[in-house]
Amino acid sequence: MAQKESTFLNMTLTLFLVTLIAATILGFIYDLTKGDIALAKQKAQKEAIESVLPAFDTLGDSYKVLPEDATDSLEFFPAYDANQQLVGIAVKTFTKDGFSGLISIMAGLAPDGTVTGFEVLEHKETPGLGAKMNTWFKDESKPGQNIIGKSPATSKFEVSKDGGDVDAITASTITSRAFLDAIVRAYNTYKNNPDQQEISTNQLNEGGQS
Amino acid sequence: MEYIIIIISAIFVNNIVLNQFLGICPFLGVSKKISTAVGMTGAVTFVMVIATIVTYLIQVSILNPLGLQFLQTIFFILVIASLVQLVEIILKKVSPSLYQALGVFLPLITTNCAILGVAILTYQKEFNLMEGVVFAIANAIGFGLALVLFAGLREHLDLMNIPKGLKGTPIALIVAGILAMAFMGFSGLV
Amino acid sequence: MNQMKNFTKGFIKENPVFVLLLGMCPTLGVTSSAINGLGMGLATTFVLLMSNIVISAIKNVIPSKVKIPSFIVVIASLVTVVELVMQAYLPALYKSLGLFIPLIVVNCIVLGRAEAFASKNTLVSSAIDGLGMGLGFAFALTLLGAAREFLGSGKIFDIAIFPEDYGMLLFVLAPGAFIVLGYLIALINRMNKA
Repeated sequence: MAQKESTFLNMTLTLFLVTLIAATILGFIYDLTKGDIALAKQKAQKEAIESVLPAFDTLGDSYKVLPEDATDSLEFFPAYDANQQLVGIAVKTFTKDGFSGLISIMAGLAPDGTVTGFEVLEHKETPGLGAKMNTWFKDESKPGQNIIGKSPATSKFEVSKDGGDVDAITASTITSRAFLDAIVRAYNTYKNNPDQQEISTNQLNEGGQS
Repeated sequence: MEYIIIIISAIFVNNIVLNQFLGICPFLGVSKKISTAVGMTGAVTFVMVIATIVTYLIQVSILNPLGLQFLQTIFFILVIASLVQLVEIILKKVSPSLYQALGVFLPLITTNCAILGVAILTYQKEFNLMEGVVFAIANAIGFGLALVLFAGLREHLDLMNIPKGLKGTPIALIVAGILAMAFMGFSGLV
Repeated sequence: MNQMKNFTKGFIKENPVFVLLLGMCPTLGVTSSAINGLGMGLATTFVLLMSNIVISAIKNVIPSKVKIPSFIVVIASLVTVVELVMQAYLPALYKSLGLFIPLIVVNCIVLGRAEAFASKNTLVSSAIDGLGMGLGFAFALTLLGAAREFLGSGKIFDIAIFPEDYGMLLFVLAPGAFIVLGYLIALINRMNKA
């Protein structure tokens, strides 16, 4: 097989051509998949929101709020029924106190702050713990550990070891503590920020009337 | 404080080799002797830090403004490949003694996924340049620690009486597993 | 017959993972379950097949001194294609494989086969070599993933074999990857000798 001679000109030219062709093809494929990637991301987020809130009709514009005790903001997704009434708000919340750092959770709150559901989105805890969080704190047959239908306003969202009202996952106190921290952060930020929510509701109402 | 967390996390808790599974090829390939392990660590540290700085600057000043994030992989690997060549040429001219020590390891580094991995992670974790540099250095130290510890263990393994079927790679992997288990003790540290 | 041999050698005799010990990073990193191993294996197979074809086709017009950089560009573009397509149509798998998708670029198997095989052989045998090696890699990853999933959580491909509570979590974690692979290699060595 005859290899081509390596002169400066043909080396530069070949590399340039190869890169050019590669970049063109990639640009084309990027364009082709761009829409679907955005769609897939939206779908995943919408599914998470739907699973934590009661049935709703439309989603309002999402907005971000900076909690008082953290440097990263939480994302709020208000949901409305057919009469433009707020049925609940999904909050993408987080904690950095997990056993291995960050845990990201989608929490559903009713307008009065009662927890309607939650879904662990991301975590770096021991494998399997994410799934455990998703079932443990939702188990309605065990009122000691269930948080659905409760509100941080009326019960103390801390693990029982710390004097709270929620039983921690067996052998995973730190993760449970972090989990509740994230939920309480969502609640506090929601409660401390009624203005933002009202603005958003009004905007939507006006939009509905016009 | 932030830096200390990054350092401890990268060296012990999320050790790049034993927990993130990056740079396994050199981990298994050049860990038969402590001296070669140390040489490899030197070369990796060198390239990892420079590569992280250069790729970070490219990402921020070229790819992000132009909306070309999807070309990340191709850009980064080209930068690393040419960087390795460049380092090799410069080292040969400037410090022949250092080149003597690290030279053989340099070509191997292009396909060391730890370098590309750290460059991508620096961007994904949204570090700034300073944090990125600290992260790269800490990861290089973590890589070196795992490599030297493992090399030390393997030197001892040579003298041990090992079941025939497990000789060579199998026992090395099992020892690596036990080492990884030891590093699990660090989890929860940060 | 020859092509057949070309194809099957990747499975046991020259298996990239068990025998050649190439591409260890994804092998250990993504095999916490059988489905992840299979996904990664197939993604790599695609890259390997396409890169072998492309490189075999262009080998005669590339000057020898820029061979490696050109190969790397080809491989990196193919990896990006896989990355984009997976992100669009298999977002869940993309998320669980994470960083290891862009890292297919530095998987020694791909560049290794390009340099050692595709740059010297015809297009057809290169394609067969790529497919065989890729499937061998996928086979190894799926096997390792299945073994770890079974020991760790009592499931294979998410189908429960025994209750999860009796699983040894260690095997899903990092140390389990090393240990299971060690024993699998010992087993394959034994089979190859026999």
